[in-house]
Amino acid sequence: MVSLCLASVIIFTIVEIAPGDPASFMLGINAQEDTIAALRAELGLDQDKLSRYFSWISGMLQGDFGTSYTYRSPISNMIADRIWVSLPLALYALVISTLIAFPAGIYAATQRGKVGDVAVMGATQFGIAIPNFWFAMILVVIFALKLRWFSAGGFVEWENGIFQSIKSLTLPAIALALPQASILSRVMRSALIETLSEDYIRTARAKGFGKRAVIWRHALRNALIPVLTIIGLQFSFLLAGAIIIEQVFFLPGLGRLVFQAITQRDLIVVESVVMLLVFAVITVNFIVDITYAIVDPRLRRRV
Amino acid sequence: MFQPTKLIAAGTLAVFASTGIGLSAQSDITVAMQLEPPHLDPTSAAAGAIDSVLYSNVFEGLTRFASDGSVIAGLAESWDISGDGAVYTFKLRSGVKFHDGTSMDASDVKFSLDRARAEDSTNAQKALFSGITDVSVVDNSTVKISLDKPNGSFLFNMAWGDAVIVAPESIDGIKNNPVGTGAFTFQNWVQGDRIELSRNSDYWGDKPALENVTFKFISDPTAAFAAVMAQDVDVFTSFPAPENLPQFEADPRFQVLEGSTEGETILSTNNKMPPLDNVKVRKAIAHAIDRQAIIDGAMFGYGTPIGTHFAPHNPDYVDLTGNSNYDPELSKKLLAEAGFSEGFTTTLKLPPPSYARRGGEIIASQLRAVGIETEISNLEWAQWLEQVFRGKDYGLTIVSHTEPMDIGIYARPDYYFQYDNPEFQSLMTELNGTTDPGKRSSMLQKAQRIISNDYVNGYLFELAYTTVANAKVRGLWKNAPTQATDLTGVSWAD
Repeated sequence: MVSLCLASVIIFTIVEIAPGDPASFMLGINAQEDTIAALRAELGLDQDKLSRYFSWISGMLQGDFGTSYTYRSPISNMIADRIWVSLPLALYALVISTLIAFPAGIYAATQRGKVGDVAVMGATQFGIAIPNFWFAMILVVIFALKLRWFSAGGFVEWENGIFQSIKSLTLPAIALALPQASILSRVMRSALIETLSEDYIRTARAKGFGKRAVIWRHALRNALIPVLTIIGLQFSFLLAGAIIIEQVFFLPGLGRLVFQAITQRDLIVVESVVMLLVFAVITVNFIVDITYAIVDPRLRRRV
Repeated sequence: MFQPTKLIAAGTLAVFASTGIGLSAQSDITVAMQLEPPHLDPTSAAAGAIDSVLYSNVFEGLTRFASDGSVIAGLAESWDISGDGAVYTFKLRSGVKFHDGTSMDASDVKFSLDRARAEDSTNAQKALFSGITDVSVVDNSTVKISLDKPNGSFLFNMAWGDAVIVAPESIDGIKNNPVGTGAFTFQNWVQGDRIELSRNSDYWGDKPALENVTFKFISDPTAAFAAVMAQDVDVFTSFPAPENLPQFEADPRFQVLEGSTEGETILSTNNKMPPLDNVKVRKAIAHAIDRQAIIDGAMFGYGTPIGTHFAPHNPDYVDLTGNSNYDPELSKKLLAEAGFSEGFTTTLKLPPPSYARRGGEIIASQLRAVGIETEISNLEWAQWLEQVFRGKDYGLTIVSHTEPMDIGIYARPDYYFQYDNPEFQSLMTELNGTTDPGKRSSMLQKAQRIISNDYVNGYLFELAYTTVANAKVRGLWKNAPTQATDLTGVSWAD
């Protein structure tokens, strides 16, 4: 709660300090001064900042995010439309990244120092180094322009068939997932290696468990804590950080909404969406904290 | 993208052919553009994207622009101009209906014009209506508009997208549900993605060949290229990546239309900021600039050099590029005469479009060659409007003035160029009061010469209008006399 309040003040201040007036932006260079003043009054921009801040906050507490300056439609509706693109995209990317990272990380850890390990680590180095927008363009060139398996971008709404929607999110999700998968594999590997050197693992081995059984029954579970932390961070990043990918694939998601709103000085949209993202990050961190407790029973007693 | 309509249309072709209706094989089209309209009311925002979707398709005015820039009849089928040129009487077409079924009559015209010129109007081009003193309804199909003084460009003003006729019944919802009189009705807007229109079966004029129209918004130039290449879209207007155009030209699947816009791209100069207030310095800048290098370097060869603030395709255009030919030696000499043999430093503030950002770097290096140093800063549009346009805190900037026939801005001393020349101002006042086409023409030519000789700004080039389309699409506008994507005459070849 404290962090939300703090965040709201910081967001509002930063956005309001940024130069540029929404009304004169909308009316362009031929507008007369009285027209701009009329529009400012219509948008409520003639009120002082403090009262605008409080009306924004009190509206948001009641679930009303206000009305967009440029689109003139309720922001909550706009966010609701966009979230059906951004949230599935983030989840999809997270699933792909986890599906790649777990096997890759575990494999690399068990093959530590051998050829397999070096190959996986080399590949992840690549994955981190490649900018995801560039990778996205390569995916488009190969799968949309050459092979014609996918369209080059755009989103097919869920009403028009779930399969089509998922298909239209596939290339963006892969592009988003690649660097995340690379980071996650490395974390998975190092966490597992660290756990494997613990005393209780040696004890388990001494008791006659096979290597595989030790990894599955003892090591993996204990290695999950750092992995979960990273997944939590990544989810927030995927939700908020898809701005570039949404541009490349022209997806009508939250990232694109924020991007447009910033250039158009649609201040209230920027403030509300960023606030929502802060809320999402805090929620995700909270969920991650709960899963810690599920994974590691010792943490339950402390709570 | 998948195109079931192609199959359906092909399947139904035989049916239509036998009934004798001359429909082409395909009647749906997807048109892409970079910018999405912020809302759908052309009468209360400057955003050209609104007109790009709605002008002529959904909304119509008393008069309208044709693709060559001439003004032709719109909802008014004819008009009378009083002898003194101050009273316009418009005869409206009969049987015109708005998309909600209500009829369009003289009272709607009065409502629209009164709304645009009202005290609390948020019309971005309010100046178009400023001369109107009264709008009166003579009968259902006749409107009389009185002006405070003769205005030779009144019919032209009424053709703007900001002057379209709207109805009081539907005005409240106009921003999200536009109701006009055009050949297409608004269907759906998925914000951030697309706008859908469909054919208006009650249209008063010739029915369009297209059935369904989808406007798609793709802002990223690379994504634009991919979308056209993958044939996800049929048409891309104002294609944002000129470097890719040769590739489309070489591909038989596509056609590239190269036309002109009303966008005079200029090196705007703060005429009040020393040393730019010295005409010799401005002249030196003009001669330091190699226009062709900028067109080639920043626009990949697309664009027409200009020597004044006027569109080259206009019959009244005077080619004054020789007045400011590329001559760095002359430029250095002029600087020395003005007392700046060591050169000077000024600011160059660049808005986001690539003509400004790419062009700015080329101009900076050309100016450096004659000894003028520029401090480049990149601004967003909102910052540009605040600092440069309203705050007049700049030395030089690059911007394309896209409004048609906007030479009148030079008569405004408070405009951001801060150019104050009484001779020019009285010429513009005289022009506004003149309706005789021959006299207007010579006045416009004189005006072009004055600003060129005063080197008010560095005149660079007329922005090109480049459209990439499927090779089978016919009837697209080649030029952009106003921001519009008029689809009423567009069809598919078999």
